[in-house]
Amino acid sequence: MLRPIVVGCALIVSGSIAGQAAETAPASVSFDGGAVKETVSGGPGDPAEGRKVFVDRGLGNCLACHANKDLSKEQFHGNVGPAVDGVAGRYDAAQLRAIVVNAKKVFGPETVMPGFYTLDVGVDVAEKFKGKTILSADQVEDVVAYLRTLKGE
Amino acid sequence: MRKTAIALLGALSLSPFALATAASADPVDEELVIDGQKMITEAPAPKVPPGHPFDEVLSGWLFREADTRAMEVDSFENPGMLNVERGEEIWNTVEGAAGKSCATCHGDVAESMKDVGAHYPKWNAKAGKPFNLELQINQCRTEQMKAEPYKFDAQDQKDLTAYIKHQSLGIPVKIDLSAGQMMDWWKKGHDRYYLRTGQLNLSCASCHEKNADHYIRADHLSQGQTNGFPTYRLKQGNLVSLHNRFRGCIRDTRAEQPKAFSDELMALEVYTAWRGEGLSVETPAVRQ
Ligand code: HEC
Ligand code: HEC
Repeated sequence: MLRPIVVGCALIVSGSIAGQAAETAPASVSFDGGAVKETVSGGPGDPAEGRKVFVDRGLGNCLACHANKDLSKEQFHGNVGPAVDGVAGRYDAAQLRAIVVNAKKVFGPETVMPGFYTLDVGVDVAEKFKGKTILSADQVEDVVAYLRTLKGE
Repeated sequence: MRKTAIALLGALSLSPFALATAASADPVDEELVIDGQKMITEAPAPKVPPGHPFDEVLSGWLFREADTRAMEVDSFENPGMLNVERGEEIWNTVEGAAGKSCATCHGDVAESMKDVGAHYPKWNAKAGKPFNLELQINQCRTEQMKAEPYKFDAQDQKDLTAYIKHQSLGIPVKIDLSAGQMMDWWKKGHDRYYLRTGQLNLSCASCHEKNADHYIRADHLSQGQTNGFPTYRLKQGNLVSLHNRFRGCIRDTRAEQPKAFSDELMALEVYTAWRGEGLSVETPAVRQ
């Protein structure tokens, strides 16, 4: 949440967009065969932040559906989706980014995994979530960076 | 189980990646006997109209933790029975300008309401739509008793509904889809059941069909059957009505909630009642 403001200030100071990390809007994210190559935030993610996003019920709430041995101290791991243990060995960063941004583009329209950085969502979205993505671009990159740390089974 | 396997296989053919199958948590294999009376908690799915997604329908009781299950077995342990007792008082209380109570017209509840609750929602020709028990009660209040209709989820509405439903304890749910335009409502409810809503983009089927018997965080997902409503929820310490539950599930997809007794939720009630046909009425079922 703070980062866009920081970027804004930097813009004013430098007076130029060149060289600034630029976010990609949800509708402009480009998918290439189940992969999203460019970071959506324009910068690298922070795995420690991503770990928090994974657990937080108001953010990713990924643990609701995915068991994760790295978080064995947390109670209640769901099993709606596969366990994410060792997920870094199964997918590269671009593939993980595609899954988090919009899992429907990877697993097909029937998947129950929500799209965390897309506006292509269900009907009747509640007023306070309208036009908003579940995660911010920075949070997406944080989660992707965190998933890349899940190497062991 | 089988459904999930199919869903995962379907995803495999679309996906260039390998997928691990999710582990499941099976419902318990136990009998539910309430005060010596055996409940039907597993039944063959209804065949008419065709298209039921399961071979077998399962009561939500089978998916609950042991201590929650135990509370439903014994009427003295079931906190919802206090609401049922309160419902009996309401049944016998005169209200409204006509000076009548429910008992004035219907007499002995055990006789007149013996299996009534098991067959709702029901076509109401005059209203031109299906009525659930709550709407029927309100119609009796306004037309027969000349009393105010209950507001949605008024405590008296929940208690009286539970009292009437409880008279059908053990009787299998069966609704009449041949009456009036019930099939149109069934169809509308079917479409609504598979409609993906909200920012999380989930339908009822995402949780209660594809993932029945899986855990979503701490919650063991059931088939979302309606045979125990109003249910007693330990978390709320009160009865919870069916439309309250529907609204909660829809809110959890981060969608706007339809109004209680709206056409959308009435259609959903018709359709979900059919999905659970053959299961005993368990009102007031106990839930965590
Ligand atoms: C409502 C359930 C749900 C939520 C919430 C959810 N997922 Fe998923 N996820 C799934 C399902 C189901 C699959 C399997 C794909 C399929 O079958 O459609 C999956 C697949 C995945 C995979 C691929 C795993 C593998 O081994 O193939 C990854 C990685 C993943 N999810 C990450 C996440 C992250 C990170 C979050 C949170 C930001 C998240 N998921 C939130 C349901 C969910
Ligand atoms: C995000 C997941 C999710 C979605 C989507 C969802 N539900 Fe639920 N529902 C739950 C959970 C969790 C429970 C509590 C555990 C259980 O009984 O399955 C529940 C319980 C229920 C129950 C009570 C079952 C009982 O035995 O007490 C009914 C009825 C129900 N849901 C109907 C629906 C309908 C109809 C829809 C669609 C409008 C829906 N649900 C959508 C998660 C969901």
